Amino acid sequence: MTSPTLTLRGITRSFPGVVANDHVDLDVHAGEVHAVVGENGAGKSTLVKILYGFYRADAGEIRLDGAPVTIGAPEDARALGIGMVFQDLVQVPALTVAENIALFLPDLPAVLGRAALARRIATTSEQYGLAIDPRAPVWRLSVGERQKVEIVKLLLARARVLVFDEPTRSLAPHEVAGLLDVLATLKRDGRAVVFIAHKLSEVLAVADRITVMRRGRVVGSLSRAEATESALVALMFDDTTTGERTRRPPPPGSEAPLPGAAPALELRGVSVRAEAHGCGLADVDLTVAPGELVGVAGVSGNGQRELGDVILGLVAAAAGRKWLWGDDATRWSVARVRASGVVFVPDDALGLAAVPQLSAVENAVLGDRRRYARAGGLAVDWAAARADLTRAFARLGFPVPSLDAPVGTLSGGTVQRAVLARELTHGPRLIVALDPARGLDARSTAATCRALLAAREAGAAVLLISEDLDELCALADRLVVLFGGRIVGAGRPADFAVETIGHLMTGSLPVAARG
Amino acid sequence: MADTLRAALAFRHPRLEPVARFGGLLVLGLAAFALLLLVFGRNPVRAYADIVASTLGSAYGFSETLVKVTPLLLTALAVAVPSRIWLINVGGEGQLFVGALCATGAALYLGDWPRAPLLAVMALLGFAGGGAWAAVAGVLRARGWASETISTLLLNYVAILLVQYVVFGPWRDPEGVNYPQTAVFTDAAIVPSLPDSRVHAGLLVGLIALATFAFVVTRTRWGLDLRAIGGNVEAARRLGLPVTRYVIVLMIVGGGLAGLAGMAEVSAIQGRLRPSLSPGYGYTGFLISWMAAGHPAGIVGAAFVLAVITAGGDILQMTQALPGSVANILMAVLLFVVLARSGARS
Repeated sequence: MTSPTLTLRGITRSFPGVVANDHVDLDVHAGEVHAVVGENGAGKSTLVKILYGFYRADAGEIRLDGAPVTIGAPEDARALGIGMVFQDLVQVPALTVAENIALFLPDLPAVLGRAALARRIATTSEQYGLAIDPRAPVWRLSVGERQKVEIVKLLLARARVLVFDEPTRSLAPHEVAGLLDVLATLKRDGRAVVFIAHKLSEVLAVADRITVMRRGRVVGSLSRAEATESALVALMFDDTTTGERTRRPPPPGSEAPLPGAAPALELRGVSVRAEAHGCGLADVDLTVAPGELVGVAGVSGNGQRELGDVILGLVAAAAGRKWLWGDDATRWSVARVRASGVVFVPDDALGLAAVPQLSAVENAVLGDRRRYARAGGLAVDWAAARADLTRAFARLGFPVPSLDAPVGTLSGGTVQRAVLARELTHGPRLIVALDPARGLDARSTAATCRALLAAREAGAAVLLISEDLDELCALADRLVVLFGGRIVGAGRPADFAVETIGHLMTGSLPVAARG
Repeated sequence: MADTLRAALAFRHPRLEPVARFGGLLVLGLAAFALLLLVFGRNPVRAYADIVASTLGSAYGFSETLVKVTPLLLTALAVAVPSRIWLINVGGEGQLFVGALCATGAALYLGDWPRAPLLAVMALLGFAGGGAWAAVAGVLRARGWASETISTLLLNYVAILLVQYVVFGPWRDPEGVNYPQTAVFTDAAIVPSLPDSRVHAGLLVGLIALATFAFVVTRTRWGLDLRAIGGNVEAARRLGLPVTRYVIVLMIVGGGLAGLAGMAEVSAIQGRLRPSLSPGYGYTGFLISWMAAGHPAGIVGAAFVLAVITAGGDILQMTQALPGSVANILMAVLLFVVLARSGARS
C-alpha cells in the first residue's frame, strides 16, 4: 500500500467541559473515499474543522505526503490543497456560478476573463459529470446544484484532499445517488476524499475505509470488506441498542378525527409573499387533527420554513386564514400562538431556536418564561427549570449534556436534543417540527420519532415537515407534498409509491390531487 | 514576546483578567498620546503628573472629578442599555439637551413649588424628555424604517438647536443683558450638593441606575429576554419574545437616563439653561460604554478615567500651553485602541 496523502496523529482538542477530539489518528490515501461516522457529538465536525483550520488542535500533528504542516487558518488549508464542502454552503446568492467560483480561485487575474473562466468550469464539470450552468445566479439553484458548484470550485482550485461534511443532508433521493457517483469519480481520478456521514447505507455504498468515532476517540477503522451495518452500529454505540427506527404502531381504529371536535390546526388558502431568496407559499390548505401526525414532504427551500413561520405567527399570511382549535388565529402574535399550546422544533436549533451564548437551562427558561418567573419577574427559578430539563432529557432517552456551558460550545446534535427536550416538556397540543432529526445520529433520531409518536398518542397534533421520506412514511398518518410553495400531492403514505413522492418533491410530475 | 505576555496574563485570576485588559488598553492609549506630546516638544511625564496632581491630588480636584463622573455615568448607561440588544444609540448628547430643556420648563413655571415635589417633577420631565427623544429613533427602528444609529445622531443637532431657540427666544432671561440663557432657577429647583463642593445627588442616582441595570440584566426574567434577543434575535422571535417592544423600551430607558443627566447638569451645576450645557458628555458616554463593553463595573472605571482626562484638558491648557481640545485627541486615541482591540477579538 502506498503511503497516505494525509495523516493525522494524536489530534486532541478540548472545549470547556468536553474533550471533543481525544488523540485521533486518521490516514487518508489518494484514490480512496474515507468515511468518518459516529454519533452526534462524537467529534467528527471538530475533526474536520481542525483539518480546515477553523480550530487549532491542542496537541497532535497533521502530515501531508509525510511532511508535517501547520494549518492555522482556512487559507493555509486551501494553499495546501485541502478543500471542504460545508454542511451549510458558503456562496454569495446574488452572484452567478462563475463569479462564485472565481472568488475562490487562487490564480485569479486582475481582469476577469469571463470566457476563459466559463471554459474552465465547463471542462471540469463535464469531466466529473457535474452539470452546472456557469451563468446562472446561485440563488436560483437547488441545494444539490449548489453542492456541485462547491465541488467544481474545489477541483478548479486543485484540491487534492476533499472533505465532505454531511453532504447528503438536504438532498433529494435521486440527488444523493448523483453525489455518490461523483465521489466515485473523484476517487478514480486519484483524489483523497474524506466523507462525514450519518446514513450507513450511503457510507457502505461508496467508502473504501470507514473510521468510527465515539466520544472524541477513534474506536475502530474498518476496510469496506470488513464493514457491515451491524458491525458499524456496534462500534458507534457502546450498548447494544441499534439505531433501528421505531415502527409506527398500527393506526388507531378511527381514521377521521372525532366528529364535532375542531381540528388543532386549519389553514385555508394561505399565501405568504416570497422573501428575498425564499419561496413563499401559494394557496395552501392544510388540516391537522388532535391525535394525528401529518407529514409534509418536500426538498428544503420549497416553502417549509415559511409554512412553519406562518403557523407560528412570525410572518403574516398575505391571503387566507388560520384557525387553532377552532379560534381564528390569523392575526395572533407568536407569544399568543405559543401560549395556546403550539411548540416549534426547527432543523437549525442554533439559528432558530436557541441562543448560543446562554446555557441549556437558560434556553429552557426562554421556552416558557412565565412558568419560571418568580417575584413578578424579578427572579427566575433556575432550580425548577434545571429539574424539568433533566427530567425531559431522561424521558426522551437522551444523554444529559453539560447544562451550564453556553450551548454554542456544544455539538449541533446536542443543541438539537436540548431544544427538543425544552419544547416537548410541558405537554404541547400542537407540535410543528421542521426536520427535527436533521443532524441527529441514528439513536437520537429514533428517540425523537418515539417522542413525536408518544405526543400523538397523548392527543397532540403533530405536523412533521421533513425531507426524509423513510421517516415520513413510517410515522405519518397523512402525507402532503410541498413543491414551490404549493401542495402538489396529498394522501395516506400507503397510497404513494416512494418514487412518486420523489418526483412530486422535485416538480417532475404534474400537480396531482389537492389536499 | 506576545506569547510570554499571554502566558503572564493566563496566570491571572479570571475575574481580574478584564481589569488587566482594561488597564492595558489605557496604558497603550496614554503611550500613544505621550508620543504626540513629544512631537510637539512637551514633556509627557510632566503633563501626566500635572493631570493626576490636579484631579486626584487634592480634595477639591477629586470632588471636581466626581462632578464630571456624574453625567458620564448616566450618558454611558444611555448607550450601554440599548446596546444589550445591539442598538447603537449615538444620541446621548441630544437626549441630554432635551432632558435639560424639559426640566428647565418645570423649574421656570413651577419655581414657587416646594423643593421635593419640584425636583421630582423636574427629574420626571427630564427622563420623559430624553426618553421621548430616543423613542422617535426607537419607533423608526422597530418599524424597520430607519437605522437608530443615523436617526439618533441627526436628532442631536435638532435638540441642540431647540435649546438655542428657547434661550434666544421665549425663555431668555428678561434681566440678562442679551445673554442667551434663561433666568436663574429658584433655590427649590437646585439638586442638593455636599457642603463646600459641587458633588450632588445626581452621582447617587447614577450609581443606583447602574446597579439596577446590572441586577435586571443578570437576575431577572427581563434580563434573560434581553440576553436572548442580543444573542439570537431569530430564535427570540420564534420563542414569542416581544422584540419590537424591547427595542422601543430600551431606547426610551437609555434616552431617559441621558435626559436625567441633562436635568442634573442644568439644575445642580448650571442653575439655568445655557447652550453650553455639556462639553460633549453624550459622546464621551458613548466612548465609555464601548471601552467597558457595556459592563457595569467597567462603566464606573471608564467614567472615572475619562472624567480625569476631560479635566486634564483644562490643566494642559494652563500648564503646558496646549489648546484645551488636546483632551479630545487623547479620547480619540483611546477610542482607536479600544476599537482595534475589539476588532481583533472578533
